[in-house]
Amino acid sequence: MSEHNKRDTMQERRDFLKAGAVMAGATAASGVLVYSVAHSRAPEEGASASKRWGMLIDTSKCGDGCNDCVTACNTENGLSGETGPQDSQYIRKLNIKDLRNGRVHELPMLCQHCEHPPCVDVCPTGASMRRADGIVLVDRHICIGCRYCMMACPYKARSFVHEPLTDQNPEVPRGKGCVESCTFCVQRVDRDEQPACVEACNAKGHQAMVFGDLKDPESAIAKALKSQASTEVRADLGLNTGVRYQGI
Amino acid sequence: MANENCINQGNCRTPQFLMLLGAGGLVVLGTLFAFFTLEHHGHVLTGMNNQVVWGLPHVFAVFLIVAASGVLNVASIGSVFGKQVYKARAPLSGMLALAMLAGGLAVLVLDLGRPDRLIVAMTHYNFKSIFAWNMLFYNGFFAIVGLYLLTLMDRKLKAYSKPVGFAAFLWRLALTTATGSIFGFLVARAGYNSALMAPMFIIFSFAYGLAAFLLVQTAMYLWNGLTLDERVLARMKTLLAVFVAASLYFTVVFHLTNLYFAKQWDYERFILLEGGVYTTLFWVGQILVGGLIPLAILFSPGSRKSLALVSLASLLVIIGGHAQMYVTIVGGQAFPLDMFPGYEMSSSFHDGVVAGYTPSGWEILLGMGGIGIAFLATVVAVRAFKFMPQDDFSALECEKD
Amino acid sequence: MAKLAGCLRAGLRLAVLAGVAALMAAPSSEAVAGVDLPKLERGKGEKCVEDTQFMRRNHMDLLKHQRDETMRKGIRTTRHSLKRCVECHASEKTGSVAASKEDFCAACHSYASVKLDCWDCHATRPGKKSAASPHVPSQVNGGGQ
Ligand code: SF4
Ligand code: SF4
Repeated sequence: MSEHNKRDTMQERRDFLKAGAVMAGATAASGVLVYSVAHSRAPEEGASASKRWGMLIDTSKCGDGCNDCVTACNTENGLSGETGPQDSQYIRKLNIKDLRNGRVHELPMLCQHCEHPPCVDVCPTGASMRRADGIVLVDRHICIGCRYCMMACPYKARSFVHEPLTDQNPEVPRGKGCVESCTFCVQRVDRDEQPACVEACNAKGHQAMVFGDLKDPESAIAKALKSQASTEVRADLGLNTGVRYQGI
Repeated sequence: MANENCINQGNCRTPQFLMLLGAGGLVVLGTLFAFFTLEHHGHVLTGMNNQVVWGLPHVFAVFLIVAASGVLNVASIGSVFGKQVYKARAPLSGMLALAMLAGGLAVLVLDLGRPDRLIVAMTHYNFKSIFAWNMLFYNGFFAIVGLYLLTLMDRKLKAYSKPVGFAAFLWRLALTTATGSIFGFLVARAGYNSALMAPMFIIFSFAYGLAAFLLVQTAMYLWNGLTLDERVLARMKTLLAVFVAASLYFTVVFHLTNLYFAKQWDYERFILLEGGVYTTLFWVGQILVGGLIPLAILFSPGSRKSLALVSLASLLVIIGGHAQMYVTIVGGQAFPLDMFPGYEMSSSFHDGVVAGYTPSGWEILLGMGGIGIAFLATVVAVRAFKFMPQDDFSALECEKD
Repeated sequence: MAKLAGCLRAGLRLAVLAGVAALMAAPSSEAVAGVDLPKLERGKGEKCVEDTQFMRRNHMDLLKHQRDETMRKGIRTTRHSLKRCVECHASEKTGSVAASKEDFCAACHSYASVKLDCWDCHATRPGKKSAASPHVPSQVNGGGQ
């Protein structure tokens, strides 16, 4: 290793890239490719407040007992898929029935990426945080596992990791003792891909989920929200959620 | 251990003292064992889950924290309101407050998912978080009550004991308000979202704290073969009765206001009627054992002279207090979160159903540690310092209650 | 027990021992005056993103900086990303940086007895999908810091 000492930084960098090219395990490489193809934001730019990511879910298109979004989420995020009381679930299918007229709906429930997230308000350390582009995340580096955010979330969107984990997805670090929840697949969003659930839902032909930038008037989601009625779950709380529903 | 280490006691009874230490130490050892086991395996070993995220350890911890602030009430009545009986008990009250707070906080910390990051909790503050404020209040409590104890026990500082005592009084009110608000601010949960949470916690703290104080005081008198003066006993027992009655009153008001709001009916039906273990704990634990029976005992003519009866009432108040915490903390989480009012819900994530929670032995071990720590600290402090109440009966005579 | 210089910065460990000075001054990672240094497996590629000596002392700072940038601001430069470290330094034998005591991270950290909790959450091996299809990055994407 010592023979590298004297090279200058630029040289070093080129070397690294060369090394990267021959490297067998270049997980990020595919992401890098996407940047060069469909570029919208350079990696050093970071999340910007000029965007707000959101999701619109049309429950009428939600298949009967369909679980495709959930499965895709589990695969992407390395969740076991178990549904015991101590297992993590980022997204789940919720069956609801109107008690007045008996009408039933099915819908995926996930972190609503609130504009005024109670989880962030109550977190004592600031581990629960809202990124500039509206994605709500848990910074596991400073989460102490107090679980107060789970008490505060009105949507039960969060899970606590009860056991030591191994073999995580390199892009989705997660581990024992911290709280976690849907990240809108931030690792994918940052390279201009759709969250795994949305991709799966569309790929299977259900087209029940639209993901996009709420602040961009030209985006599909913004247009849909402008032209059709949509619902915010527990709108009475005034959290201005990033996830909206249609058909309920 | 040298016999001379016991201050102000006729007979040191060192072997018995060591036995007490041993008993407390054993409990704390059990707690540490549970802690390291949980730290290694994670919270899978507990009954806690993604629905009931705060379990038995929190019941013990929050009880101790609330009672700690209440125990200081004895000192406050003494220094702020100038009552002799209580003045003589101020040092003991301050010391107990510190010991119980330390015990409660220890359990809270040991139950964290990442207790190794305690330093993070101490260095990263989100000032919007009532939880973070609580941490500041707890730390401040140690400082202020510590200072207060100094002014009480050091002749040179005696002059400052009144203002410092007053500061401690205000601080403890703020602290319990903050503790109650931990729950009161949870807008989404039917069981918690109430402005009454904070004042109710304050009233509870008065009762729990005084009950704990009376028990410790009784033990100290017995240990030293002394008898507590009847007049002192009578006053303190009346005060306890007042606090217990006030707690009951607040509980009734809390549930009545809830009943006034239609959206809270389901929650009330759950706690008051159909909640199984929570309903039982509410009626039998909180109301009967923790409220009505102690009241009956305290108002019975026999209790005027009977230390045993007053102690029994105190013990019952403490047991009822734990039941109350269990109903508030665990019951509030077990009751399903209502995301779609007017709808019925079901899912793989236990939506729409009462969440199950059965505490495991590890949680009991962990939770008992708080009491263990408070007990150890008290036993040592009482032996090493002058905490035995020194009543000045001539002053008592001329003071009207 | 000697400690690597970097460990001192890593946090709470205050024990400054005689070996440290010798280590810092040492031009290479070979044994210094009777102290057996951990034998590290060489990473893939030609050289590290920074000078070896610099890395030895500062990798934790770089990683911590990068961690906050990526996590909280969404800055996704790869030069100092932990994932990239793992990709180069995963052991030939175990495929991991911390599966056995000889693996890159574990070797040094157990030698210096500095506990690290990166691997509670982060994968210790490169991702599977990239191993199957080694893409060539078409665009410089480093920059870092
Ligand atoms: S849905 Fe819950 S976890 Fe997600 S941002 Fe809102 S409060 Fe936080
Ligand atoms: S569990 Fe973690 S993210 Fe949630 S409130 Fe506590 S420290 Fe914050």
